[in-house]
Amino acid sequence: MIELTRRATFSASHYYWNDGWSAEKNAQVFGRCANRKGHGHNYTLEVTVAGEPDAVTGFVVDLKWLKDVMEREVLAAYDHRHLNLEVPEFSKANPTTENIAIAAWKRLEPAIVAAGGARLRRVRVYETPEIFAEYRGEA
Amino acid sequence: MKAYFGRRYMMSASHRLHTDALTAEQNRAAYGKCNNPHGHGHNYVVEVLAGGAVNAETGMVVDMAALDKTVQAMVLERFDHTNLNLDPLFVNRVPTTENLCRAVFELLKDALPAGDLAYVRVEETENNFFQCDSAN
Repeated sequence: MIELTRRATFSASHYYWNDGWSAEKNAQVFGRCANRKGHGHNYTLEVTVAGEPDAVTGFVVDLKWLKDVMEREVLAAYDHRHLNLEVPEFSKANPTTENIAIAAWKRLEPAIVAAGGARLRRVRVYETPEIFAEYRGEA
Repeated sequence: MKAYFGRRYMMSASHRLHTDALTAEQNRAAYGKCNNPHGHGHNYVVEVLAGGAVNAETGMVVDMAALDKTVQAMVLERFDHTNLNLDPLFVNRVPTTENLCRAVFELLKDALPAGDLAYVRVEETENNFFQCDSAN
């Protein structure tokens, strides 16, 4: 079994807010991230698939195909967008790095399953070079 | 739903790889220039991965500010800008980055403000790193 990882970058804005809480509690829990005008990051999306290299091509997956899937399923929706205001899955749930990793997995998995072959192993999202989250498909 | 939150911290420290269990010549052979008597230093990167359920109210596995506080108190204040050989943990243990990585894992494993410690990775330079989890 070989793991193969592809990276892509996108830039987006967001804020953290819980409508069920007072402004004070939002400020206390989320700090500067609760600024309702939002702020932004250069994100890095890392997608890892696992499988056996094809006997003919030697590929686990075609990297160009994986790049196209990542662009179509994730970057087209997230890049240069305000995640809270323009991306449906974050209209209620906070676009934390954890939730972005989970949402990106949900966007990517159907296309990877449909292609057969390699399976999705993990999705890692870097919000900055020092902050990241990962989802491995666990319940 | 279980996810993982990762954070990278920097610390600078010196060390000398040397063990009294070996002769001077054997130390030199085993550790090369890392055995130089006055030690040397690195800018270490300590990467911490916490795994756990994503809190429905916050969207977080662990509050980053709380995690930072814990790592600062348990690890960075202890090792940053120190000579690792002088730390009690390394009096009878060579401060290789393998051993440093395991020491950091042990210091943090029961101290996280939320979630479980999935792994600790310590990068000694850009070209070498070590990782430790509960299975090893």
